[in-house]
Amino acid sequence: MYGLGLFKGLGITMKNLVSPSRQFNIVQYPNKRASPFDLAKVEDQNPISFIVGHPIKTFRSLLGLEVLEDRMPQHANFRGEEFAWYDQRCTGCASCAKYCPLGIIKIVTGTSGVNQQEGQSYDIDVFDIDIGRCMFCGLCVEACPYDALHMGSGFEEGKYRRSDLIINVDQLKAAEKKPSTWFRPQLTNRGHDPIKGSTADWDEVGRHEKPTLEDQGERWAKR
Amino acid sequence: MTSTPAFFISFDSLKILFADLIELLGFGESLGWSAGLLAGISISFLIINVMVMATAFYTWFERRMIGRFQVRRGPNRNGPFGILQPFADVLKLIMKEDTIPDAADKPVFTLAPIALLAPTLMIMIVIPFGTYASDQAFLSNLNIGILFIVGVTSVNSIAIFMAGWGSRNKYAILGSMRGAAMLISYEIPMALGITSVLLLSGSLAMTEIVQSQSVWFILVMPMGFFVFMAASTAEMSRTPFDQIEAESELGSGYNTEYSGIKFAVLFLAEFMAPIVTSAVVTTLFLGGSQGFDFLPGGIWFAIKMFVLIFLLLWVRSTWPRLRIDQIMGFAWKTLFGLGLFNIFLVAVEFMVAVELGQTSDGSLTTEYMLIMAAVNWLVTIIAFVILANFVGKKKYHRPEPTASPLANMGTGGD
Repeated sequence: MYGLGLFKGLGITMKNLVSPSRQFNIVQYPNKRASPFDLAKVEDQNPISFIVGHPIKTFRSLLGLEVLEDRMPQHANFRGEEFAWYDQRCTGCASCAKYCPLGIIKIVTGTSGVNQQEGQSYDIDVFDIDIGRCMFCGLCVEACPYDALHMGSGFEEGKYRRSDLIINVDQLKAAEKKPSTWFRPQLTNRGHDPIKGSTADWDEVGRHEKPTLEDQGERWAKR
Repeated sequence: MTSTPAFFISFDSLKILFADLIELLGFGESLGWSAGLLAGISISFLIINVMVMATAFYTWFERRMIGRFQVRRGPNRNGPFGILQPFADVLKLIMKEDTIPDAADKPVFTLAPIALLAPTLMIMIVIPFGTYASDQAFLSNLNIGILFIVGVTSVNSIAIFMAGWGSRNKYAILGSMRGAAMLISYEIPMALGITSVLLLSGSLAMTEIVQSQSVWFILVMPMGFFVFMAASTAEMSRTPFDQIEAESELGSGYNTEYSGIKFAVLFLAEFMAPIVTSAVVTTLFLGGSQGFDFLPGGIWFAIKMFVLIFLLLWVRSTWPRLRIDQIMGFAWKTLFGLGLFNIFLVAVEFMVAVELGQTSDGSLTTEYMLIMAAVNWLVTIIAFVILANFVGKKKYHRPEPTASPLANMGTGGD
């Protein structure tokens, strides 16, 4: 009531300024704090010989001042840009385009395509995704009956023009396939981690094998 | 001029220098009048450039320090510790396209940055930076120095309204209308704070205000200092009074439509304001260039300015923005009353001093000023407590929240 909270706030910011423990905790975005062992690994040295050879660097890294230009760890479930799309699985049914709440997927198909998963399919001429307007809800991924479209894992996709943000079919085919594990947790069982750079091939990304009739019967009976 | 060291540049010394030079070249009769003109032009050039460079480094310092206050790094990529960041900013802004909206009022739109920058620079004319000569300020010793400052700073509100009006943009006009209301309101507490200083100093000239501070006026009247600091923080529209450019509400306020070099000039004016305000507050309340003998007066002035700038930075990095009605309420209900009360208090004490014979040729004795300081600190604390009780206990009517028609999902039976 006497405005003492204002001075409490001032005290907190002053503590931020003068307290070494708070100041040394700051690490800027593309960097990662480096321990002496990390530094030794970068310099290709035995950790003990590194610590003996570079006492100042070791001391600074123990204080948290040494950084490497490396990202902080990130979860494999992150849903990002760089969609992973498998033309071996896609039949051109355009379910993704129909389910997209923003209508930013454009598909133009021709006749008589061939597809390794399903055999017959449409021929896909145009597959545009406007990630400048995408909200990364992932409904297109859930809608895909053939598990052909997946969210990616990247996020640094700054471009100079909005038109450059539209991904076309050639870019989708050429892109590295690093599907996010948000909609496909079973990918993690195979040790897939898109953040560490592992890719998934078209025959690995299906949700499951089609259950046999017996399995289905058993499941229904148990229920 | 007797005790002026050779290196001290002032208008008078430069005028003599140029007059001697013209005399030496043999144009004494025909061009003798131009010495003052040349001196004025060169010293204005000097002041403008020094102020622009100081502002450039101040922006770097401010961003760096606010980063540290808020547990993040400031700019640190351009040059050592990011010290070249202001130059990178200016280069970027100069290279950008200087857009003018089609519907803009073009002369007003173009003149607004200049109208905002010029008064800020003009204040520097009357600031006494040194103590070299008793009758000498840095550029000019106006005998109405403080009145000049009050007059010149009130151009600010016109400039901000020009920027908002000329843009023909709803966010800009909203920001500048808030600005007009706020800046005009805060002129009054600011003038009241200055008036209490004038009561004690007995002069409008900045040099004489400095000389009359045998005890610094911040000690003699803390309430006046508080009123003036709060009002001048609002005058330069910094947090917690930055409703004019409320980024989270108005886009960017009055400078929404500005880009390129015009935006650079607007921001130059905005970041120059804390430096200039600190200089004015130092002169009025912190004894100007008074200090101990082991450092020259200019250095003491710079140290006090730096302390004030740091205080403003600290406040800016900590406190959130007030609502517009809270800002106006603070001006009219709190600062206005405190300013009037402070004037009353100081005037009564001055009358008592005259009755007791504690004055020597118009100004108070040091002992009486110390007694005044003790009394005023006590009264200030009591006044703040009473005011906090009065203002803080006010309960605003808040309607009970009503349930949204969509909020009954899942409450009834399925």
